[in-house]
Amino acid sequence: MAVLTYIEAIRQAMWEEMKRDEHVFILGEDVGRYGGAFKATQSLYQEFGPDRVIDTPISESAIVGAAIGAALMGMRPVAEMQFADFISCAFDQIVNFAAKSYYRWGAKVPLVIRAPSGGGVHGGPFHSQNPEGWFFHVPGLKVVAPSTPRDAKGLLKAAIRDDNPVIYFEHKLLYRRIKEEVDEGDYIVPLGRADIKREGKDLTVLTYGAMLHASIEAAQKVADEGIDAQVVDLRTLLPLDWEIIQECVKKTNRVLIVHEDTKTGGIGAELAATIADQTFEFLDAPIRRVASLDTPVPYSPPLEEYFLPNPKKIAAAMRDLARY
Amino acid sequence: MSLDRKKMLDMYYHLRLTRALEDRVRILYRQGKIPGGVYLSTGQEAISVGLTHALEPEDVIAISYRDLGALLTRGMAPASVFAQYLGKITSPTRGKDGSLHIGDLKLGIICPVSILADNIPVAAGIALAMKLMGKKNISVALFGEGASNRGDFHEGLNLASVKKLPVLYVCINNQFAYSTPLSTTMAIKDVATRAAGYNIPGQVLDGNDIFAVHSAVAEAAKRARQGEGPTLLECKTMRMTGHSEHDNANYIPKNLLEQWKKKDPILIMEKHLTEAKVLTKRLKEEITSRIAKGIEEGIKAAEEAPLPKGEEAEKDVYAPSS
Repeated sequence: MAVLTYIEAIRQAMWEEMKRDEHVFILGEDVGRYGGAFKATQSLYQEFGPDRVIDTPISESAIVGAAIGAALMGMRPVAEMQFADFISCAFDQIVNFAAKSYYRWGAKVPLVIRAPSGGGVHGGPFHSQNPEGWFFHVPGLKVVAPSTPRDAKGLLKAAIRDDNPVIYFEHKLLYRRIKEEVDEGDYIVPLGRADIKREGKDLTVLTYGAMLHASIEAAQKVADEGIDAQVVDLRTLLPLDWEIIQECVKKTNRVLIVHEDTKTGGIGAELAATIADQTFEFLDAPIRRVASLDTPVPYSPPLEEYFLPNPKKIAAAMRDLARY
Repeated sequence: MSLDRKKMLDMYYHLRLTRALEDRVRILYRQGKIPGGVYLSTGQEAISVGLTHALEPEDVIAISYRDLGALLTRGMAPASVFAQYLGKITSPTRGKDGSLHIGDLKLGIICPVSILADNIPVAAGIALAMKLMGKKNISVALFGEGASNRGDFHEGLNLASVKKLPVLYVCINNQFAYSTPLSTTMAIKDVATRAAGYNIPGQVLDGNDIFAVHSAVAEAAKRARQGEGPTLLECKTMRMTGHSEHDNANYIPKNLLEQWKKKDPILIMEKHLTEAKVLTKRLKEEITSRIAKGIEEGIKAAEEAPLPKGEEAEKDVYAPSS
């Protein structure tokens, strides 16, 4: 076991999958010799060559469209969006071509789109977004958002091996800030399975990505006050792991949803609606949400701080919920 | 003409089959039997038929929604096409999609989507896969002149050109994008001139002359196979129907249709085949009755097939992962 950062784990997953399966290749902007804007693909070009680590023009729609074409032929492309924000240019290819292909004509599109997302890095309105909500609403896609290096590696390997289009949101804030021991060698974290990252009995936090860490920190804060929060890392957002979610609701009877995406129409809304629908009798309090404000992501540090959820805001919501 | 007699008669058969099948679809539509839209290729069939005949069987074609000729040439059964229009469970999409949204990887045909030009980058990716897998095959994307105004046209051609991918881009210029004539949507006369922006060959040809299509495609395919990159072929033709069957197309000047009627691709081909003594009156009758028989059998099978059960809608959102 070696200690890897989140981004090193992502790189290792690609490296291992490219070694394991010659059909796996990478395409995107600056991913080749330069190694990617965040260096996620660093050294892959040198190891695997220009045929398997392909620099493309600034053409997000063609990156995804070409990846779809290659995937239809049995290749396993890993397409990089330089920033998740730019995925909007490829939206049509993703939602209309890739997502509907198997349903319409039985043709598999084993495609992974890596999308560096998230704020807290002063990236402003176009380098900070969390666009998972756009894709959460699209039948036929899978959406993944890891929070730890171990999950980042295992989920990316699972995504590459999956026969469906998978959007893999990797949180930029975590790239070099989060490290842990990661298994060397082959393992996967299956898609569609949530993970309880902190056991607790008083309330359940449902979260993912960078907010997992903010929620753990908040849980530690309120633990001294006698509030014992369970923190669930959803890991895969589409399809959601309703089994674990329901178990946790039944165990703790209180639910707090935390996501960095903006609040209205976010994944939290669907979680709250379905939990209320299916496990209403088990709830002792209203389902609460902590999310970003319903605004674009602002640039200036005090504005961004005000916009984003943080451990303080999450802890306040935990107290409120525990007291209810 | 380097084509042998058998090949020419095959092409003629598929051209006639395409026309006849769509004429029958039009009747079904007017009988109210088709629940959705019908977009036909009447008058422009020579392009997808001639093109498909000029390719190798392992080459992959990303068709657009009027390219029935490619499907039939690759062996898609008329019964399957009728079943698709009728929304039957036996359709290639099991009723999940309609119109000519038909694809089959075994036949090397990519199922189109309604968002035009999407297949242009997709075809580049297919060609990229051919290259990565060390195959000598190529891909083709078919699209209309209207689609060439979308960004995916630019992104796809640019990517294909800079990576020298083995792909052909075949523009079917049928003069109208729904109701809008080409002159009001682009400041150029020929879509082929756009090739200059990608430093690839661009060629204008008569899309109603099946032999012209065949030879231009064969030539461009050869270049692509030799690693010389993509070509943009613009096949001039005319959409002889409305955009769809609900559209009476009264915006198309009558005299324009009259002019193009004289250049009907079937008439042109028959004239050539008759002069070359390939097609006799008797042979033509034989082909006509063979086509009619195939179509009636196909329609019978499709009409007798059941509609899908409602709960089928929930199936196959995801591919089972291996």
